[in-house]
Amino acid sequence: MSKLPLEGVRVVAMPVVFAGPFATMLLADLGAEVILVESVFHFPPVTRGYFPRPPQELVPTTGATFGGTGGIQTYVDHWAGDRPWDRFVMFHALGRNKLSCCMDLTRPEGVDVFKRLIKTSDVFLESNAPSAMEKLGLTYDVLSEVNPELIYLSMPGLGCTGPQKYCSLFGAQLQALAGHTWLTRYPDLDYTTTQSLLFHCDASSGATAAFAVLCALHHRRRSGKGQFIDLAQIETVVPHLGEAMMDYTMNGRVQEPTGNRHPSMAPQGVYRCRGEDRWVAISVTTDAEWQGLCLAIGSPVWTSDERFSTALGRLEHHDEIDKSLEEWTSCHDHYDVMYILQKQGVPAGPILDQRDAYHDAQLQSRGFFEVVNHREAGTHRYPGMLWKMSGTPLSIRKAPPCLGEHNDYVFKDVMGMSDDEIAALEKEQIIGGDEYLIESFF
Amino acid sequence: MFDQALSDVKVVDLTWHIAGPYCTKLLADYGAEVIKVERPSQGDPARGMGPFFQDDPHPEKSGLFLHLNTNKKGITLNLRTTTGKKILKELIKEADILVESFSPRVMPSLGLDYETLKDINPKLVMTSVSNFGQTGPYRDFKASEIVEYAMGGEMYSTGIDGREPLKLGGNVGQYQAGTVASVATMGALFSAGSQEVGQHVDVSIMETQAGSADRRAVYLLGYACAGVITTRWPPPREAVRMIILPQGVYPCADGFINTLSLPQWWPRYLEAMGMPELKDDPRFENIFSVEAGLEFDAIWYNWLADHSKDELFQKFLDARVASAPVNSPADLHAFPHLKERQYFTEIDHPQTGKVEYPGAPFKMSETPWHVRYPAPLLGQHNEEIYCDTLGYPREELVKLRESGII
Repeated sequence: MSKLPLEGVRVVAMPVVFAGPFATMLLADLGAEVILVESVFHFPPVTRGYFPRPPQELVPTTGATFGGTGGIQTYVDHWAGDRPWDRFVMFHALGRNKLSCCMDLTRPEGVDVFKRLIKTSDVFLESNAPSAMEKLGLTYDVLSEVNPELIYLSMPGLGCTGPQKYCSLFGAQLQALAGHTWLTRYPDLDYTTTQSLLFHCDASSGATAAFAVLCALHHRRRSGKGQFIDLAQIETVVPHLGEAMMDYTMNGRVQEPTGNRHPSMAPQGVYRCRGEDRWVAISVTTDAEWQGLCLAIGSPVWTSDERFSTALGRLEHHDEIDKSLEEWTSCHDHYDVMYILQKQGVPAGPILDQRDAYHDAQLQSRGFFEVVNHREAGTHRYPGMLWKMSGTPLSIRKAPPCLGEHNDYVFKDVMGMSDDEIAALEKEQIIGGDEYLIESFF
Repeated sequence: MFDQALSDVKVVDLTWHIAGPYCTKLLADYGAEVIKVERPSQGDPARGMGPFFQDDPHPEKSGLFLHLNTNKKGITLNLRTTTGKKILKELIKEADILVESFSPRVMPSLGLDYETLKDINPKLVMTSVSNFGQTGPYRDFKASEIVEYAMGGEMYSTGIDGREPLKLGGNVGQYQAGTVASVATMGALFSAGSQEVGQHVDVSIMETQAGSADRRAVYLLGYACAGVITTRWPPPREAVRMIILPQGVYPCADGFINTLSLPQWWPRYLEAMGMPELKDDPRFENIFSVEAGLEFDAIWYNWLADHSKDELFQKFLDARVASAPVNSPADLHAFPHLKERQYFTEIDHPQTGKVEYPGAPFKMSETPWHVRYPAPLLGQHNEEIYCDTLGYPREELVKLRESGII
């Protein structure tokens, strides 16, 4: 087998921030030709940066700046450069295997170009607020007339119907609405100390959207029919909280957060290890694992305490166990704790910071990181594929696209425009790259 | 028959716990015929996990199991017996997809590795979901939600400065792995459809975390591209801020709200707060200064204390600021927007009666999400599958049951 699973499938996309870019990344990884339709006039927030040209104060040099969003705000080498939009790390993390072209959709000629592209495409995916497509006149009604077999997926935070459909929220707020923030905090502290940037909703909706497109493609192959998919990001995260939701709908119980502890098994937690800010996660899920843990740490006297012989007893005396266990872990390296405990069949693993992950034996052995050479950003090792396929191995085939990098390919090869036509549209600034339209970002 | 997107797809499901079953739930809820194979007598260990209906720890009343196994047919089969393996192979012969979530040694030890199964069915897509993948030095290691998040996900920077790293609530990493596995499986199925040949898909929960868990891939690349180690931050009140605007969770009159703002939204905040005059206040000339941040906090906290979370939600929506209440599961259930979208779905089950479940994760115009039947009772479809589908005589079924094979 040499063809990738989605080779021959063309996806036109206008994804913003994280969820949409993540969905289209998964489709691109599978071999779809994903063409981002971008603009050199409009700068969507938090997709290729917070600002077209960030003030230097907002190009952080460490992770702990910008009110806590430092890690997301990073530019390659802490330098925004002449083309900051091509150096924004978040875009790079999700941009691989995609193409980028630019057109001005706020003008009728731009809309015509877009519709011609849609005519040759299989899927359109966008993650803007519903008002965006309405304003541009690019709703499903319109595009399905251009291409009746089109699969059109919209994934706004709260979906395409309902009283609050026009509201525009990030993953962090959708998390809060969905009840996930509620379940995530230190049990001894209130919510104001909660990490404010939980984005599980972005992850769940991105993956769910890719699955949705694949379902629709499968159905279209059988029936010849396109369709519209309304994906509310919040509705993809609620099923991921199944236990808490079912406890409420079945029993009327509102679950409270348990922090790092398990509701019915013990001990479970993170324990300090040797070194600065080093931790290991340990999770004892059966009595046999508890015995394994005792053996692994050399069966010190405290472990033979009768009160600790059952899960119930260990839950009741969790603090006491944690204290003794941490005395042991704090004398060991976090990886060593993993090896010592795993040898006795106890689930345990180090908390890996970003540097640790790049050196982790498992990720290395499976070739998770891949070297990517990017025109504006240079050569770095990127996080790679989320799964392995025996017959159609996936990889990073193309670096994340620079803004408008594939204009020529899209307008000439995909749409069949003549050089004259391209020149005329460029002259009117209907299409074009950032080479001569940079100033329009201000 | 009701036509759904995957109505023509047949799945044999050997998964258990959360990740694998969520993958096959997605397939089943969009129309696939999923045959869930469980161990005789105990079944899926998720049957023993709470919450239980009315707190009765009965294997047919686990809310977790009921949620994860909608639209599946359930049979029991002992895969350690020769007859059990033979029957499984008969099922696999007719299937498009096999999903399993055993530890990587199990399927080969049963003689059910991909190389063997593809001889029976060359078009088969076999998806294996495991903690660390089918290869590599951690292959046989044990894990749990917290261990996966520690190693694969972004636990290191979750929580606050000075405290231990914090796990995300629930088992979202397992669900995410299941969701990613459904994408991988459908990709392989699409490929099998066009190239007439199946393949083995190897999903490592650790890698689904490293590649997709909330901020993980972004922060990993931030390290590679700029040497940034992203750590746990101080809580908002103490945070050293570079802009004036609130970021994080804040208290209000009756609970908490989450807000995440962009620097360019300063005027929108003032509009939401009904204090446009602050725009020209000399204290806020430089919105990037720490002093301005502290001045603003004093006003901000007082204002929040006077308003309820629902009031604040509306005010911020009107002003186009991204902000939302920190909902409990009860608040979410009552959220009018989801009610209007008819999100929660009532499902009838012989042991619990009618209960509301989380509904469709997306709405398809032509081939909707649809509940055909609730999660199966243990072995509920034995007769249907063994006799009607595979053609075993009913007397045979009694023998299989007596010998502990089903």
